[in-house]
Amino acid sequence: MAGLHESDYKNPVVNWIDTRLPIFSVLHKEYGAFPTPKNFNYFWNFGAMAVVTLVVMMATGVLLAMQYQPNTALAFDSVQHIMRDVNYGWLIRYIHQNGASMFFIVTYIHILRGMYYGSYKKPRELLWMLGVVILLVLMATAFMGYVLPWGQMSYWGATVITNLFSAFPVIGHGMVTWLWGGFSVDNPTLNRFFALHYLLPFILLGVVFLHVLALHITGSNNPLGIDPKGPQDTVPFHPYYTIKDSIGLCVFLIFWSAFVFFAPNVLADPNNFIPANPLQTPPDIVPEWYFLPFYAMLRSVPNKLGGVCIMFFSILVLFFLPWLDTSKVRSARFRPIFRQIIWVWVAACVVLGIVGAHPPEGIWVVLGRVCTLYYFLHFLVIMPLLGKLERPLPLPESISRAVTGAGPMPSAAVAKPMGKA
Amino acid sequence: MRAVRIAVLGALLGFLAAPAMAQETPPLPNPGWSFSGIFGSYDVAAAQRGFWVYFKVCSTCHSMKEMHYRDLADIGLSEGQIKAIAASVTVPQGINDQGEPVTGPARPADEFKAPFPNDAAARAALGGALPPDLSLITNAREGHADYVYGILTGFTQPPKGVEVPAGKYYNEYFPGHLIAMPPPLSEGAVEYADGTKATVPQMAHDVTTFLEWAANPELVQRKQIGVRVILFLLLMTGLTYAGKRKVWADVH
Repeated sequence: MAGLHESDYKNPVVNWIDTRLPIFSVLHKEYGAFPTPKNFNYFWNFGAMAVVTLVVMMATGVLLAMQYQPNTALAFDSVQHIMRDVNYGWLIRYIHQNGASMFFIVTYIHILRGMYYGSYKKPRELLWMLGVVILLVLMATAFMGYVLPWGQMSYWGATVITNLFSAFPVIGHGMVTWLWGGFSVDNPTLNRFFALHYLLPFILLGVVFLHVLALHITGSNNPLGIDPKGPQDTVPFHPYYTIKDSIGLCVFLIFWSAFVFFAPNVLADPNNFIPANPLQTPPDIVPEWYFLPFYAMLRSVPNKLGGVCIMFFSILVLFFLPWLDTSKVRSARFRPIFRQIIWVWVAACVVLGIVGAHPPEGIWVVLGRVCTLYYFLHFLVIMPLLGKLERPLPLPESISRAVTGAGPMPSAAVAKPMGKA
Repeated sequence: MRAVRIAVLGALLGFLAAPAMAQETPPLPNPGWSFSGIFGSYDVAAAQRGFWVYFKVCSTCHSMKEMHYRDLADIGLSEGQIKAIAASVTVPQGINDQGEPVTGPARPADEFKAPFPNDAAARAALGGALPPDLSLITNAREGHADYVYGILTGFTQPPKGVEVPAGKYYNEYFPGHLIAMPPPLSEGAVEYADGTKATVPQMAHDVTTFLEWAANPELVQRKQIGVRVILFLLLMTGLTYAGKRKVWADVH
């Protein structure tokens, strides 16, 4: 449909632009007036935190790339050059290095919030699946980023993970050689990982855009998991949630800063301060903390190909969650059994994380196997059955009734009826 | 149900944490570091003495490739002192007009001179052992500064029944206890300009402080900025919270 946009803006310059390219109208509609359930708790802050983290990671990453050398002979020393000689290079690098961990913390909490309040259920299935794509791209980006400093753990982590592909029959070994660009992890590997580590965040940004776009079609879920019935159940996004997100963001930045300024290497492996040495394997090859549960699952299966498949499937199963969960009720608040059992799954993930940090011997093998089994049991057996067996509590009539305990009340805060409210 | 859940989780975590204690290595010593804690900074006098220990003792075998003589200004050495220290070392200085390699006294901008031209030369001279580069050593070992201090002070008589092969030494804190480095420090191994008595624990403390600085030269500035950043963010959190209360006042 061609034609100029009818803009309401009084400012002639803004009006002139908005008539031709309605960015002001769109921003107002999607981030100003956008009707948002008024009962969010602070777990709804984590999406905004993740976006801010992505932006900070891209900004610091570009600055680091200006000084970093993606060459096996120079990479380690170029990172030290950034840390020692570049003005505030240590600050930029520590923000970036700890930012990876922060990204996973907020993303994991964001995912858990979605699981607890059933945010993946109809009509938000595609929104959820785009989120799983984001998680996959994030993992790939983080893995390649960890290789770049070219320390011992960078090198051996890259060797172990890329070698996983050799488990695939027939094409496996050819695939690994192709990934490496040679016959071992070496300069071509480092070069391409750097190129991809720079590229993937932009792809991530694209998927995040689609994720947010889908969100603005379906509207947000909320802690009650029931749809807003009208303007009395919603508030405009601005200023109500811009200010509420800002609180979460401030607290998050304090948390992040505590790591950057007072314990910048507490999450780092001491081995990565030793330059990569292909002739010397470290005693234990351990991935970063955010990969430990998956690493534990990988090692819980005695067969290499089986382990690789289980590891990939542990993420892929999330794509099917909207259909594996047969309950029509979204929020765990009204699912008396689910709200207990979800924490067993969380505990299994935490134990898997601890298992992943230990050598696979004795009790760790048993624990790893039990928890891996439970991880899949939760998705493949418990979720489908529970939806049929569980008797949910009665849902409240509307958000405003549940919030105020009274009927819909006229309020200055209520959004003007506009858009699709 | 909730209480059961917490109890099960607690028991599980306690059970997981327990086996980590079983180790025959004694706990690492901690002589008390000037640089630990939120407001910790470097004891500059100790770092200077530590440099002297490195320069006179450790640098016989260990390189510090990430360090330049100019960096020493950070622990309070004057420009003159740095020039004099650098000039006392002879380093390669590229090639001359005839294409021949030239050597000469180092300048402040030069890297710390490495004791061996390459790893193979180091191994050949030291019976197969390769002394690690010390630029990042306190970051590169579990236990960090305490571990480095432990190694330097941990040479003891081997317990009964432990055979120490030729070219190896017994060290309480080294993983496996058999280390190729002979005890590097002995009473009075260096003479301190400030009159401090050069005991083994004193030298170990000083050189560890120096090495911690070398690995984390930004530490003091980092913590100073950090305190200000956190205070600012706390203020911002308070203001934002007040703003949120005001904005939301008419909703609830």
